[in-house]
Amino acid sequence: MEHACCKHNDASDSQEDNHYKELLKKSLFAGIPGLLLFIVMLLNILPQISTLHGQIVWLIIGVITFILMLYSGNHIFKGAWIAFINNKANMDTLILLGTGAAWFFSMFVAIRPNSIPLLAQNLYFEAALIIIALVNFGAALEMHARGKTSQAIQKLVGLQPNTARVLRNGIEVDINIKDVLVGDIIRIKPGEKIPVDGIIIEGQSTIDESMLTGEPTPTSKSIDSQISAGTINKTGSFLFKATRVGKDTVLSQIINLVQQAQNTKPPIARLVDVISSYFVPTVIVISLITTLAWFNFGPEPKIGFMLVTAMTVLIIACPCALGLATPISIMVGMGKAAEHGVLIRNGIALQQATKINTIVLDKTGTITKGRPEVTTIYSIEPGNEMQLLQLAASLENGSEHPYADAIVRCAKDKQMQLLEIKNFETISGKGVQALLDNKKLLLGNQQFMMDHHVSISNLVVKAQELENLGHTPMYLAVDQKIKGIIAAADTIKDDSKAAISHLKSLGIKVVMLTGDNKKAANIIAKQLNIDAVYAEIMPHEKVLKIKELQNQGNIVGMVGDGINDAPALAQADVGFAISSGTDVAIESADVTLMRNSIYGVVYAIAISRATMRNIKQNLFGAFVYNILGIPIAAGALYPFMGMLLNPMVAGAAMALSSVTVVSNANRLRWFKIIEG
Amino acid sequence: MILWIVNLTVLVLIGLTVWWFLLIKPKALKVDGNTVDILVQNGIYEPAIIQAKQGQTLHLRFLRKDKSPCAEVVIFEKLNLSAKLPVNQALTLTLELKDKGEFEFTCQMGMYRGKLIVE
Repeated sequence: MEHACCKHNDASDSQEDNHYKELLKKSLFAGIPGLLLFIVMLLNILPQISTLHGQIVWLIIGVITFILMLYSGNHIFKGAWIAFINNKANMDTLILLGTGAAWFFSMFVAIRPNSIPLLAQNLYFEAALIIIALVNFGAALEMHARGKTSQAIQKLVGLQPNTARVLRNGIEVDINIKDVLVGDIIRIKPGEKIPVDGIIIEGQSTIDESMLTGEPTPTSKSIDSQISAGTINKTGSFLFKATRVGKDTVLSQIINLVQQAQNTKPPIARLVDVISSYFVPTVIVISLITTLAWFNFGPEPKIGFMLVTAMTVLIIACPCALGLATPISIMVGMGKAAEHGVLIRNGIALQQATKINTIVLDKTGTITKGRPEVTTIYSIEPGNEMQLLQLAASLENGSEHPYADAIVRCAKDKQMQLLEIKNFETISGKGVQALLDNKKLLLGNQQFMMDHHVSISNLVVKAQELENLGHTPMYLAVDQKIKGIIAAADTIKDDSKAAISHLKSLGIKVVMLTGDNKKAANIIAKQLNIDAVYAEIMPHEKVLKIKELQNQGNIVGMVGDGINDAPALAQADVGFAISSGTDVAIESADVTLMRNSIYGVVYAIAISRATMRNIKQNLFGAFVYNILGIPIAAGALYPFMGMLLNPMVAGAAMALSSVTVVSNANRLRWFKIIEG
Repeated sequence: MILWIVNLTVLVLIGLTVWWFLLIKPKALKVDGNTVDILVQNGIYEPAIIQAKQGQTLHLRFLRKDKSPCAEVVIFEKLNLSAKLPVNQALTLTLELKDKGEFEFTCQMGMYRGKLIVE
């Protein structure tokens, strides 16, 4: 089945605001008279029902109550009626039956008091009004609390500016964001938000991408760098070309993914769904059985007890608390994760992530930066390091090897001028050579130097030291004379060690997979205190290693790049794909990490655990509330303690139960982990 | 006598409750054309049961009249599809009915319930 969604218009905030105010107004219209009546009845200052005068007064109160009930509860009664004629029962049905029974019984007492035993001549007009007031008040509170649950999405939606400054025919014009086209050239000044996705074509800057990726440090951007809508330009001014607009931007994709994920449920919610579908009819049946029990076995006045208990059962039962328990926590949890650049695909992935006991990390690009960097420049003539780097960079400028790139980058970062070389030659697996001012330059490994009869005896110890650290030393010789060593390595990301340590503190075993040799892999593993290492693994063997770990009874999470690691991500119990920052919907991933850091995994697991814990608390609370509340309302405590629940107390409990569930879910908004 | 009347009446009410709310299945609306308007109001989807043919493209046009937050999202769990329904504005979901089966659609809390039957 395929679907294409959709022509979508968001409900306006003002409509929701109006509804909130309407609920509060209705609550006051029923609540204030109900409370006054309650006080007056307590003070016993109204005439007795047994007198004609009393009957007339109470009949007038009954009619006023009816009018107030109709005003404040018309939406409830209408909902109950429509549901009834469609063979459905819902929350409204329970309120209608409860308050309706209270009003009809009270009116009957007011009209024909003598038909009811003296002890049962009680009136419940105030209860009917206060219950309706509480139901409206509870709904308003719930609505208010629910508004906060979607704050994460609202924040994301609010990231996109309304206008963009576009160059049209050489003139800068501010246009509506909806009118920006792919290919438009847009100017961005310091402090401005990026309106659409694109590529910088002129200028440079640093950009705060934390709102999309969770990465706290602003990223440097220059010509050809990709930038995303919703991120904030910090320092420079630049021009960029729009590459993705509207629903295609990374920001829009994130919003869509999170909204879809927020409406999914983890497997734990399946049982609740089944219970919810039978809940209301079951409560009506329990209420009727309660009536029978009191009628057949209860003390006098049986009619009074029958009515109060049946009514209280109907009022206290709260299917909303049960129904809300899971989705409301998922909504807050998924939103909170998105705020930190963690996009969880659905409720199933969320529940599965809580069970992970083994995390498999790919070394290159996940633990390390994935791009070698110069780590050491060692000259045999102290003070000549920069000259050594200049020579090496000039020599490597024509090479495409990753280490050559590292050396050239290092020199350029230091604003060095590269020198003109001639006769450049690469000797595969060994090194490079060229002529500079008729001097022969050699840069390569030990074998390369030996092949050219260059003595390196005074540098062998230093080279060994570097190798032991997992770095790759390269010797530089000029005219057969050794000048020094430049070492490069794919360095460990700054936060990898802390993140791995955090994972272990969550009780998770950390495993590293790499294609590197065992020695290099073990050096990294030792530095990071990794539990197990699988080295010299070919890419296609990753799936087999995951399977092997699963066969040992582990629940395995795999972290990879989403494209090359797709089969391994799919095989894992939970696949974490590190996004390039430009593609959100990674098909094989259960969790997409917008930030290239292992902390994303820590965050995903921690927020999943917190969300599932929150769901369980909500479900436990909602189940216990209904399982204890309904029998107490039915009078289960009466034989032992002589206690019956007041229907108004039941109304308050019912209204508060939903609010409690939503408020508990809202606690997730304060969830955080401390990095480092 | 009153004892019997009351007991019997309540038992009949129990029977009627079970029959009315749990045993009677509402009739399905057979789709004529490609578009079905679904009203979201007063705690129900109307129509709640929709019968369509496999292979057809179906446009479900939801019109939410109920302002309460309970009604704001419709979820087709089996189809991994959900949408936020604006108040008093139609929202169309387009489905390519490739597979036969029954696909429930509900609100977030599962109180609004409907079913799409593909035959």
